[in-house]
Amino acid sequence: MLAAQSIAEFLNSFTWLNGYGYVLATIVHALLLIHVFAISPFAFIWLERKVSGRIQDRLGPTRVGGLFGWLQSLADGIKLIQKEDLCPPAADSMLFRSAPYIVCVSSFAAFMVLPFSHGWVAVAADCGLFILLAILSLEVFGIIMAGYSSGSKWSLFGGMREAAQMVSYEIPLAICALIPVVAAGSLNLGEIGSMQRGWIGNWFLFHDPFTFIAFFVYFVVATASCKRAPFDLAEAESELVGGFHTEYSGMRWSFFFMGEYASMFAVCGVASVLFLGGWNTGIGPIDDALYQARAGGSGSAGEWSAGYLANVLGALVFAAKASFGVFVQVWLRWTLPRLRIDQVMTTCLKYLVPISCFLFLGATAWPLVFRQAFTITTWNSPVGDRVGEGLQEARRAGVVPAAGSQESESGSESESEEVEPASAASVQPVSPMPELPGEASSSVVLSAKDVREVSQ
Amino acid sequence: MGQSFLFTFFALSTCLSAIAVVVSQTVVRMAFWLIISLGSTAALFFLAEADFVGAAQLLVYVGGTLVLLVFGVMLTASGPYLKIATAPGETIVAGLLGMLFLFMVYSSVGDVQWVGAEGVSAVKSAGDGGLQPGNTLRPIGLSLFGLRPDKDLDGDGPAAPGYLLPFEIVSVHLLVVLIGAAYLARAKRSRAANQ
Repeated sequence: MLAAQSIAEFLNSFTWLNGYGYVLATIVHALLLIHVFAISPFAFIWLERKVSGRIQDRLGPTRVGGLFGWLQSLADGIKLIQKEDLCPPAADSMLFRSAPYIVCVSSFAAFMVLPFSHGWVAVAADCGLFILLAILSLEVFGIIMAGYSSGSKWSLFGGMREAAQMVSYEIPLAICALIPVVAAGSLNLGEIGSMQRGWIGNWFLFHDPFTFIAFFVYFVVATASCKRAPFDLAEAESELVGGFHTEYSGMRWSFFFMGEYASMFAVCGVASVLFLGGWNTGIGPIDDALYQARAGGSGSAGEWSAGYLANVLGALVFAAKASFGVFVQVWLRWTLPRLRIDQVMTTCLKYLVPISCFLFLGATAWPLVFRQAFTITTWNSPVGDRVGEGLQEARRAGVVPAAGSQESESGSESESEEVEPASAASVQPVSPMPELPGEASSSVVLSAKDVREVSQ
Repeated sequence: MGQSFLFTFFALSTCLSAIAVVVSQTVVRMAFWLIISLGSTAALFFLAEADFVGAAQLLVYVGGTLVLLVFGVMLTASGPYLKIATAPGETIVAGLLGMLFLFMVYSSVGDVQWVGAEGVSAVKSAGDGGLQPGNTLRPIGLSLFGLRPDKDLDGDGPAAPGYLLPFEIVSVHLLVVLIGAAYLARAKRSRAANQ
């Protein structure tokens, strides 16, 4: 029973649950994620106050909870719960009241597909990154609605700025997130994270120069997409009072900030999975040992708990990386002055979009031009390899003609005698593409049979 | 059990919020109900194990189109809350059209020969060969290149023509439209500057 792979399987192993195990597992996952969603803003709001205090040569919170005032966020929360829930008479009360929930729910739902460690993800979707970006893009709507429905000019300005900013910043965000996807060959966040095990050079940050720059572009854009300074034009407390949340008070106001800090953690978590190795430590032997411990999960209780501890360690590494990203965002906020709205738009449309398009082009061209990059690293790309293996087998059997002179010089020649031709005789090459010079092995000739092999 | 409960829940929320879109008068309230409706449709896609379509629904319709809609309303509205008053004639025509459409959908749903759960699972196992449910991304990507393992069940036939070229043509068409829009906006501004 201990050897169960997931909570759902574990709960379904009890027969008296009558198939309600999946429902229970869903509840367990949701409760765990709600705690991540609740505790990460708790920690980061304290961090924000402490870091801003230190940067401004103050002490920051010192009293509540003793050492470093670490319970300050709880005191804030209690104060906010006690406040009156106001709705201005000029506001569209239904939209005004529901806007904070949209922000909160969408940034909470993003955690659904975010993996915290190897296999520790609520929904292991194949297009996890796509779902995550789609869900994060919903958060804007709550803020625009809050700005519009408040019936105040400051809020309306804030909402309009947020809309203009997010409509443009979503483009470089998606393109920059695609760059490591091109390197990995998968949209599954869990697979992308597992590919980067081993030494630190296996992180997609160091995969090629384009992913290296893309990380920094992604981080800037992610900061903007969480409407953090220097891109916090929607709030802009020095010009717009409070921007979209001018009219809010109490818990509804704090929902916006819970959403903001949680989505900071989410985008930094995505950055750490995509670029910084996710839950991998970046030290080869340690990672290998951890993966071995996880692989022993089907054995005895001792092996199972070793795998569990390895996953806990992975989650801690992941949380440390993501929290460092949040710390850098806080640091930036208290260091850089706020941009003007036209400067924000110029930064995005004239610089970040062209840069990210260039990086994307470069990242797609990199494996074609510099194939050597693939042979240096040791990751196992699940898609590329399996397609390649099927092709290699077909080539060895002599069905698909070995393409170009370089292919025949490489190692596949020596193995060609060992494979019986009859085994792959049914594979028919379909529409062979013309060869690119110097690009022998990348020309993909696939048949329907190949595909079935891949999907199995 | 859980699945049918979730289906009922999301189907009801899709339909009820679609009705609310029609009934409500303020444009932004309509947009809000449209979010709920489209989001519930995305949830139905997720329930039907079509993750990619569900995410695309969220990203394109809710995150993209509706934000642009509300943005447009905020930029162009003259009063605080833009209202749309529907004339009675419009209501009658729209109601008739809606009834006709409902009739069409009802009659065509009645004509479908449902295969049942066994048939669906047989098609599934033949099609994507032991993929996890919901992981539709790889078959979709391969079918862009014309590789349809779900259609070509015996295997060895040639691949079908893919959807990549039409897709690329559409995307380039969008780019052309964007450049055209930028050009139009630019020309107007420079003319105003010359005067």
